[in-house]
Amino acid sequence: MELEVKDLTKHFPVYERGVILKRKLGDLHAVDRVSFGIRKNETMGLVGESGCGKTTIAKCVLYLEPPSSGEVIFEGKNITQIFKKANRAQVLALRRQMQYIFQNPYASLDPRMTVADIIMEPFEVHRHIPRDQWVNRMYELLRMVGLEKYHAERYPHEFSGGQRQRICIARALAVNPKFIAADEPVASLDVSVRAQILNLLQELQQKLGITYLYISHDLSTVRHICHRVAVMYLGKIVELAETDELFDNPLHPYTVALMSAIPVPDPKLKRHRIILPGEVPSPINPPTGCRFHPRCPRRVDICSKEEPPLIEVQPGHWLACYNPWPPKHVFA
Amino acid sequence: MSTNPILRVEGLRTHFYTFAGVVKAVDGVGLYVNKGETLGLVGESGSGKTVTAQSIMRIVPTPGKIVDGNMEFKGKDLRRLTEAEMQRIRGKEIAYIPQDPTTTLDPVYTVGEQLTEVIVKHQHVSKRYALSKAAELLRSVEIPDPHVRINQYPHELSGGTKQRIAIARALSCEPSLIIADEPTTALDVTIQAQILDLLKALREKFDIAVILITHDMGIVADTCDRVTVLYAGQVCETGTADQVFEKPKHPYTEALLSSVPSLALRKQKLSVIPGNVPNLIQPPTGCRFHPRCFYAQQICVDRDPELEAIGDERMVHCHRWRELDLKSAVAS
Repeated sequence: MELEVKDLTKHFPVYERGVILKRKLGDLHAVDRVSFGIRKNETMGLVGESGCGKTTIAKCVLYLEPPSSGEVIFEGKNITQIFKKANRAQVLALRRQMQYIFQNPYASLDPRMTVADIIMEPFEVHRHIPRDQWVNRMYELLRMVGLEKYHAERYPHEFSGGQRQRICIARALAVNPKFIAADEPVASLDVSVRAQILNLLQELQQKLGITYLYISHDLSTVRHICHRVAVMYLGKIVELAETDELFDNPLHPYTVALMSAIPVPDPKLKRHRIILPGEVPSPINPPTGCRFHPRCPRRVDICSKEEPPLIEVQPGHWLACYNPWPPKHVFA
Repeated sequence: MSTNPILRVEGLRTHFYTFAGVVKAVDGVGLYVNKGETLGLVGESGSGKTVTAQSIMRIVPTPGKIVDGNMEFKGKDLRRLTEAEMQRIRGKEIAYIPQDPTTTLDPVYTVGEQLTEVIVKHQHVSKRYALSKAAELLRSVEIPDPHVRINQYPHELSGGTKQRIAIARALSCEPSLIIADEPTTALDVTIQAQILDLLKALREKFDIAVILITHDMGIVADTCDRVTVLYAGQVCETGTADQVFEKPKHPYTEALLSSVPSLALRKQKLSVIPGNVPNLIQPPTGCRFHPRCFYAQQICVDRDPELEAIGDERMVHCHRWRELDLKSAVAS
């Protein structure tokens, strides 16, 4: 495993604002004891609805948000400890290995910097290549993500969403990272442009050997780009498997419902659709037992009392459920 | 072509007079909707979907102006009506469900006040009667505890509930046409499935015609009877959902269908539509899609094709539709 996440937990305190004093109401359990690993050169998908803790995990992995407990091991080193304790040089060395692509390319580029400045800013921070090579390297990065030389002098507002996301990718690549966390990189893009960016991410992985943590709420892009997928619900991983295994043989009732909810572009296909009742409950007071049980069509008595552990039901297929669907249940 | 559609739009042109030049956002769009059917209006951002809807309602924001075209609704010419007459149609005969439920409900009024406002205005009934009608409406869009919800403010509600309220408001005067502008893009997939199901059920119950604006081909296949595909302010093709998905006649539709990542098939590489949506101040000459079209020839650059009727319900806007044998990437 190139990257291992062990028992990662992140709680955000929630306060009530009084006149003079703040009173703590409780904790928002964004991520609760989540463990998984990513192999070298692999794309790991994290799927789930809004508020299930996908982004929080990515931020904790890169220590953009310090985790409440748990640890992250990258290439055998406990990086949570390094980020907490180490000096700036060591932290920067780690940052060169691990980069982040943000969700919204409209908000994550400084409107007052040209593309050249944006892509060369990492050189200035990290000083990992001599100054006389900066410009050449910047042009090389632009070419790598499919932009032209003349784009370097322009400002972000002159670009379309897809081109902006390319700039963000070029900026992340500027320090030759081994690992990139991509947080919904195509969610804000048009369908025809989405395919371009997904293909670019795949090409770069093959060329440069990058490991991705790919976060998305869109199962169809996940199926396309990921090698393994973890499905999350309310701060917990409920199912984790190889992509093909997960899509051909989903077991957890939430995974199955999620897949059946996606509209398929074929009017002839009449599917049995599982409509989940209600909405995702508040993570401040998550339901007892299995967090999915209030909406689950297959709940049994034990579900509301005890939390199901994540166990390996088949080689490589992990599941946290007391009453899963039978294997190879058909939902085509 | 149907003999008696409830709404018929022909040659609609809506232009925006900006400092940078005239943006031809909608340039010759024609469409029709029959009683009780759902028409899908598909296209990428900037293709003129929303402006078409706004033109039908005559709520185009400044500096936009409807410059040409016929819009006939139940035998009335919508462009000739006075503002007062138009107000009697808006909300009562043609209702609008906007894209983002969080920004379209007024934060300073309760749900009940927002619903009764429409009812009192159009039906000349007492406030008390309107309030009981509002509670009934909330029940019909499957909101639990309508008597609690009716006194709540929008910020107390989740995105899905807010969208249900927007639907309830659209239904309040039993309109014969609903224009739903991307009603589920802001929602999670499981909630999206709930809302689409609700829209389908309500349409059947009240026999309402719906124009569903979306960029998601999956939603179209799932809910629409007929489809009109827009590109850069013009109609590419129109036909029944079965026809369009099985045998697209326009290269743009073909490209759009094959760039959608599909759950069913895992391909190595997504096919890509090269380039970006054109600038509508100076649209490409001839056919507006030619710079991105795989099949473009000299004639496509020189001359804008006619929107030709090719059979009962089908129209296509392409010089070469006769010779091209286009394939659908999604047909089963």
